Amino acid sequence: MQIKLRDIAHGRSGDKGDAANIGIIANDAESFELIKKHLTAETVKSHFKGICLGDVERYELPNIRALNFILHNTLGGGGTVSLKHDAQGKTLAAALLRMNIEI
Amino acid sequence: MRDKIRIASGQGFWGDMIEAPYWQVTSGEIDYLVMDYLAEVTMSILQKQKNMNPELGYAKDLPRLFERILPICMQKKIKVITNGGGVNPVACSEAILNVASKLNVSGLKIAVVTGDNILDQIDELIENGCELHNMETGESIIPYRDKILSANVYFGAAPIVDALRMGADIVITGRTTDTGLTLAPMIYEFNWDMNDYDKMSAGTVAGHILECGAQSTGGNFSGDWKSVENFAKIGFPIAEAYPDGEVIITKHKGLGGLVNFDTIAEQLVYEIGDPAKYITPDCIADFTTIKLEDLGNNRVKVYNVKGREATGFYKVSCSYAGGYSAVGSLTYSWPEALTKAKYADKILRERLNQLGLYFDEIRTEFVGYNSCHGDLSKNIDENDINEIMLRVAVRSDNYKSVERFGREIAPLILTGPPSVTGFAGGRPRPSEVVAYWPALINKNLVSPKVELMEL
Repeated sequence: MQIKLRDIAHGRSGDKGDAANIGIIANDAESFELIKKHLTAETVKSHFKGICLGDVERYELPNIRALNFILHNTLGGGGTVSLKHDAQGKTLAAALLRMNIEI
Repeated sequence: MRDKIRIASGQGFWGDMIEAPYWQVTSGEIDYLVMDYLAEVTMSILQKQKNMNPELGYAKDLPRLFERILPICMQKKIKVITNGGGVNPVACSEAILNVASKLNVSGLKIAVVTGDNILDQIDELIENGCELHNMETGESIIPYRDKILSANVYFGAAPIVDALRMGADIVITGRTTDTGLTLAPMIYEFNWDMNDYDKMSAGTVAGHILECGAQSTGGNFSGDWKSVENFAKIGFPIAEAYPDGEVIITKHKGLGGLVNFDTIAEQLVYEIGDPAKYITPDCIADFTTIKLEDLGNNRVKVYNVKGREATGFYKVSCSYAGGYSAVGSLTYSWPEALTKAKYADKILRERLNQLGLYFDEIRTEFVGYNSCHGDLSKNIDENDINEIMLRVAVRSDNYKSVERFGREIAPLILTGPPSVTGFAGGRPRPSEVVAYWPALINKNLVSPKVELMEL
């Protein structure tokens, strides 16, 4: 069965220079196991094909059932240099929550 | 020593809700009001204002705000700490003193924290071998020397603690970390040893939760956001801090918003890098040690925070002139809205090309289709889109090219695809690009100064 990440998690994103950070928080312990399995640096990088042009770093915060991703070279130069409508990556958490997950 | 203090956030950025700090001081009991006004590029905007008028360069909202809240703060003994002094904390404090004097307030002590502005010391630093290498690219700042607009060191809680020990009622700083504003009153009130890094980290985490205002009380919450009560009168966060480092995040009862495990967790992951190494001038906090307990009734306990000694460096935020940019937009309606917008973009680019203009970048986005999620938007029915806003942005060192771009948008209305509207507000004008340059500086090369002004 296929579900969307947003069915089992929520998140928030923002900017760090030209990198975006996306924090994803699982709704419960069982969902945290699922996101740990399905959200790897590779699957996130591939999901953001054409948007994230650099490496993806992945960190775990099991204490709050969360994963944190750093997407390098993603914001068109970052800050005030970027010509993007979403220059600060504020909507990228929502973009990741669109991801389909097989369970 | 007090057994607890209540620290209220009144502002998450310059431009945030003007009513929020007033609500914080009037809707319940608090001991401190902390307000963060400075984003990465705010300092350069303020520096430009100061270059034009030496009396400016701080958050101009502050004197007006103090007109409303100062009598209340004096009566309730609420201390106010803010980094809204920007690049001119002295002028900011003088403006607040003027307000106080008009209100016939007496016995007021304002502490000013300076020393963060190193714009005048850059040549000297470079001569002594400090090239302020860019933290992201590793480049030396020397080739950019003539374009630098501002350079400010991020100080931590220490100078604010000094200011409170001098008896300040109000502390006005330049570039201080957002987290330092909240940590400082805890150190001062509970006599914390600044080498106790678990305590420094506990206060830093509380500061991180408070620094974006209502983003921890239901604002911009991607979970069950429809359950957030009364957005119209949303309560900003309050940190109820205890001497042992435990903190309860809450809000005033009479105001709206939502404080629960989810809203706090979402703010904890906001704009962080490696969660085990949240670096400030005060400590390195380990966010993977934080424990949250949802106590119900909009109260969440934050405890068990661990951390370690800070690095030997301060972060420096520099900015430099990065050319010019402009953004133009037009809206196309059904039928074939997206196709029309794509045609218009192609025509525009051909015209810019014919004119021989020079751009570092031209970026086209279709708002209503792909401006937020890029290629992830491709699985919608393109033929059924009701309307699309074509958004074209350019950037160039060449002012004339950017200026001419602005004159090529409106003509598309009569010389391109049909059913187009939305050209209001005149031609897009070139704006100066202020580029950001983060660097590190050895802590012993700069030192904060604290000065008391009294009325």
